[in-house]
Amino acid sequence: MEQLLENGKNESLNALIKTLSALLFSFLLFSIFLVVIGASPIEVFSYMLQGSFGSAFSVQNTIIMSAPLLLVAFCTALPAKLGMVVIGGEGALVAGGLGAAVAGYAMKDTSYGLAILAMLIASFLAGGIWIGIIGWLKYAKGANETIVSLLMNYIAIAFLNHLVEGSLRDPASLNKPSTHHIGVEHMLGKLPGTDIHYGVILGIAGAIIMYVIYHRSIFGFSVRIAGGNPKAARLAGLSLRKIIILTFFLGGGMAGLAGFVEVTAVHGKANASLAAGYGYTGILVAFLARQHPIAIIPVTLLFGALAASNGLIQRRCELPDATLIVLQGIIFVTIIGWDAIVAKVNFKGLKSTSFYTYGSKFLANPLSYYRGSYKS
Amino acid sequence: MDQNFWLIPLAIIGGAIRVSTPFLFVSLGECITEKSGRINLGHEGSLIVGAMVGYGISLVTGSPWIGIVVAGLAGSLFGFFHGWICGKKGVNDIAMGIALMMLGTGLAFFFGKSLIKPTAPRLSDFSLAFWSATPQIEQAFKINMLFIAGILLAVLLHYGFKYSRWGIMLRIAGESADAGKALGYNIDSIRIFATASGTFCSGIAGAYLSLYYPGSWNEGLSSGQGLMAVALVIFAKWRPLQCLTASLLFGGAGAIGPALQSIGISDGYYLYNAAPYILTLLLIISNKSGKEIGNAPGELSIVK
Amino acid sequence: MTNKVSKYLLVILTILTYSCNSSKDKSAETSDADSTKTTAIGFVYVGAKDDYGYNQAHSEGATALKEMSGIKIYEEENVPETMDAQKTMESMINIDGTTLVFPTSFGYFDPHMLEMAKKYPAVSFLHCGGMYDSTKHPANVGSYFGYIDEAVYLSGIVAGYTSKSKKLGYIAAKAIPQVLRNVNAFALGAQSVDPKITVTVIFTGDWFLPVKEAEAANSLADQGIDVITGHVDSPKVLIETAEKRGVYSVGYHTNQAVLAPKGFLTGAVWNWPKVYKDFVEMHLKGKSIAGLHRGGIKEGVVILAPYGAAVSEEAKKKTESVKAEFSTEGGYSIFKGPIVSNTGKIILKEGEVLRQKDPVLESMDYLVKGVIGKVPSN
Repeated sequence: MEQLLENGKNESLNALIKTLSALLFSFLLFSIFLVVIGASPIEVFSYMLQGSFGSAFSVQNTIIMSAPLLLVAFCTALPAKLGMVVIGGEGALVAGGLGAAVAGYAMKDTSYGLAILAMLIASFLAGGIWIGIIGWLKYAKGANETIVSLLMNYIAIAFLNHLVEGSLRDPASLNKPSTHHIGVEHMLGKLPGTDIHYGVILGIAGAIIMYVIYHRSIFGFSVRIAGGNPKAARLAGLSLRKIIILTFFLGGGMAGLAGFVEVTAVHGKANASLAAGYGYTGILVAFLARQHPIAIIPVTLLFGALAASNGLIQRRCELPDATLIVLQGIIFVTIIGWDAIVAKVNFKGLKSTSFYTYGSKFLANPLSYYRGSYKS
Repeated sequence: MDQNFWLIPLAIIGGAIRVSTPFLFVSLGECITEKSGRINLGHEGSLIVGAMVGYGISLVTGSPWIGIVVAGLAGSLFGFFHGWICGKKGVNDIAMGIALMMLGTGLAFFFGKSLIKPTAPRLSDFSLAFWSATPQIEQAFKINMLFIAGILLAVLLHYGFKYSRWGIMLRIAGESADAGKALGYNIDSIRIFATASGTFCSGIAGAYLSLYYPGSWNEGLSSGQGLMAVALVIFAKWRPLQCLTASLLFGGAGAIGPALQSIGISDGYYLYNAAPYILTLLLIISNKSGKEIGNAPGELSIVK
Repeated sequence: MTNKVSKYLLVILTILTYSCNSSKDKSAETSDADSTKTTAIGFVYVGAKDDYGYNQAHSEGATALKEMSGIKIYEEENVPETMDAQKTMESMINIDGTTLVFPTSFGYFDPHMLEMAKKYPAVSFLHCGGMYDSTKHPANVGSYFGYIDEAVYLSGIVAGYTSKSKKLGYIAAKAIPQVLRNVNAFALGAQSVDPKITVTVIFTGDWFLPVKEAEAANSLADQGIDVITGHVDSPKVLIETAEKRGVYSVGYHTNQAVLAPKGFLTGAVWNWPKVYKDFVEMHLKGKSIAGLHRGGIKEGVVILAPYGAAVSEEAKKKTESVKAEFSTEGGYSIFKGPIVSNTGKIILKEGEVLRQKDPVLESMDYLVKGVIGKVPSN
C-alpha cells in the first residue's frame, strides 16, 4: 500500500517536471516564431512576467482571470475519469449563470446569506442537470457524450439569448440586453484589501472537495475502476448508472458554479457575455492537468497569467491579439505532445553522447534520475 | 405575406446547397480519419487556416482554384502533424486536436490580418435552374463546383471504403490494429495519411467559406463548423453517403431562421437559428438505445 | 559534447542576442517618449481593429490622434465584455499610466467601466454609447455617441428614390434601441419619398456572424428586395453578398464603397477622428469630460458617404436639402407624428415631435409601420 502511494507521488512529481520542461520548450518555439515575425522574445517575455506577476495588481489580475476556469474545467475533468469526453462546459456555465440570475432576482428582498445560498443552489442544479441529462443519455441510449455536449452548448447559448432578450429582459438594460440586476448588496464580495473576489475561494474549495470525492473516497475508487474497465465494474456490482450520472451531474454543477461566480462577482446579471469561451478553455485545462482536481489549480493560474499579460503585450509590443492565441496553441500542443517530442530527440550525432543518454532519460522520467535508478 | 410561404422550402434547398458544402468536406475528411482509428477535433483550426491561405493565394495569384488547392495542402500539414504525433504513446488525440485547433486559429488570424481589407477573386457558380425565369428559384439552385466535388467525393469514399484496396487497408487500421500489423501494414503511416487527407478536406472547406460563401475573410468566419462537422460524422455513423445527407440537412436547417424572418415570422429567432443543433440532437436521441456505436471503427479512442 | 550540440546552442544564443538588440531599440524609443511630457490615452475594442466596421471606425479615430504631439495611444482589441474589460482598463491605468480611457463597446459601461471609474477617480473615462446620468454616475465619467440615425435617414431617402421594387432590407444584429432607431430612421427616410415602401428586417442574433449575414442577404434578395443595408459590426459580408446578387447596398460604420462598385448607394459613417480630437483637447486643457455628449450631422459627428454611381440627380438634390436642414438652428426631427408602430401602437400623435436629443429615443423598443419584423417582447 505504501509503495502504491509512493509510486503515485512519484508519478505526480514526474508529471510536474515534464510539464514544466514542456512549457520551457514551448517558450523556445514561441521565441522562434517571434523572431520570424520581427518581434523581440526578450521583450515579450519580460512583459509577460510583468503583466502576470510583476506587481500586486498583476498577481491579483492573474488570480482573478483564473477563477472561472477553475470551476468550469471540472465539467471535462470529472467525466474524463470515466474515460468519457465531455466538452459541454460552456453550456453548463450559461445554464448556471441563468439559474443564478433568476434566483437572485426572485430573492431580491431577502437577506444576503439566503440570496447567495439560493443562487448557489440554483446555479449548481442548473448546470448539473444540463450535463446530467447528457450522462443519462449516454447510459440509457449510448448517445455519444462529446457530440451531445457540443450540441447542448449551442442550444444553451440560444436559450440564453432568447430569454435574456425576451421574457427575462430588464427594460432598463437598453443596448446590452440583460436580466434584472440581482442587487448590488447581494454581490459576492472581495477578499479584504484585495481585488480578488470570493469566487476564487469557491473554486479552490470546490477543487478540494472534488479531490476528496474522487481520490480519497470509495466512490472515487469505484469511478476509477469503472473508467478503466466497465465490464469489471459491472461484475463487481457497481452501479454504472449512478456513477455516470452522478459524475456528469457534479461536473456540470461545478461549471454551473462558474456561471454563479460570473453573475454574482462580475456582472450582477445574466447576459450574452456569459458565453465568453471559458468552457472551451476549461477543456484544455482539464487535459493539461490530467484530470487531477488539485493539479487544475496551478494550470488555471498558467492560463490566468497568459490572459493577464495578454493586454500588456498587445499594447507594448504592438502585436495583434492573435499572437497570444498562437502562444497558447504552441504551449498546449507541446505539453500534450511532450512524450512524443521527447522520444523523438535522436539527432544522429547526438545519440552517442552522454548528454543525450542522460538528457533524454531525464526528460522521460525526471524523478528516477534523482532517485539514482533508471527505470527506463 | 402568406403567398411568399413557398419561399421557405426554396430557402431550405438553397441553404442546403450553399451552407452544407463546408460541413460536407469536413465530415468526409473526418470520416476518412476516423475510419483509420484516429479522431481529430482540430478541423476547426485547419479550416480557418485553409480559409486564410485560400483567400491569400487567390489574391496573390488571381486564381481561386489555385487558392483552393494550396488551402488544402496547408490544411494537410496540420493533419500530418496530428497524425504523426498522436501515433506516439501517451498523447491524447482529443486534447491534441483541440490544441491544434487553437494553434491553427491563432496562426490564421495572425497572418490573415493584412487580408481583411482587399478583395480577392472569388469562385464562380452556376445554377442548375438556369431555365427558370424566377430569380429566387435560380438563386436557390445555384451550385458551385466544390459542391459537386463534395458529392463525388462522398460517392467515391462510399465505394472506396467497401471495394478498394486502400479502403480495406484503412478499415483494418481502424477496426483492429493487431490484425493490420499481422498483415504487414504500417498502421501508423495509414493513420497519418488518413489524418492528412482529412485536414486536406477541411482546408478546402475553409477556402470555400472565404472564396465563395460568405466569400470574405475575417476573424469571425467560422462559427464552429469544424467542430460540428466532427459531430456529423458520428451522427452519420461513419458512412460517407450519410455524411452527405447529414450535411444537407444541417445546411438546410440553418437557412430556416433567416428565411422565416424574411417573410415576417421573427418570434424566437434565436431558437430558429438553433434549429440545426436541436434537430441533430433529437435525431441522435431517437436512435435505438444502446447500439449507437455499432458501426464504429473499433480502434477509435472514444469508443474503446 | 559533440559539434551538433554546440551548433544548436549557438543557434539559441544567436536568437537571444538578436532579440536583445531589437529590444534595445524599442526601449530607447520608450525612454525618449518618457522624457517629454506625454499623455497616455487608452482605447478598448470589443472586436478586431480591422473589421471593416464598428471597431475599425474607432481605431481610425484613435489613429488620427497619433498626429497630435505629446500623445501616446494604447489600443487593445478583442476584449470581451467580462472581467477582462475591467482588468484591461486597470492595466492601462496602472502600467501604461493612461489618464483618459475610451471603452468603445456599450457592454463595457455597467459594471465594468463604472467599477474602474469608482476606483480611479483621477482618470477620465469616455464611454461610447452609454447613458451618462449626473445623478448616478461619478464626475470622471462621460458618455458620447452620434445621431447616426440622421445619416441613416438620409441614406433611406436615397434608397427610397433608387429602389424599383419599393422593398428594402435591413440586416440587424440584435433588437436593441440603437439598432431599432436606425431601422426606423431608414424606414422613415424611405417612406418620406414613397409612403408605401416597406423595410424587412432580419435579426441575425449576434454582432459578427458572416454566414448568417450572407444567408440573410440572400433571403432578402429572394424576396425581391433591391436595397440592402444593415447594422452589424462588420457590414463587409452583407455588402459583398448584395453586390453578388445584383442589388443595391447602403453602408454603415465606415465607407464600404470599394466593396460594391456597382451597387453602393451611400452610407452612414462615423467621424470619430474629429470627435476624439475634440475630446483630447478638452482633456489636455484639464476640462471635465463628464456629460452626455451627443452630436449628429450638424456637429460633424456623423457624415454621409459619397454617393455611388447609381444615385440619381433627383435623389442627390433631395437628400442634400434635407441634410442641410439638419445643420440649421432648429435642426430636423426624424421622429415627428403621426407615427404608429408596426403592431398598431400609437407612438406619436399628429403634431407631436421627438427632437434628436430627447432621451426617450435612446430606449426605443418598437418598429414603425411599414417595417416587417418583430421585436422580441416580454
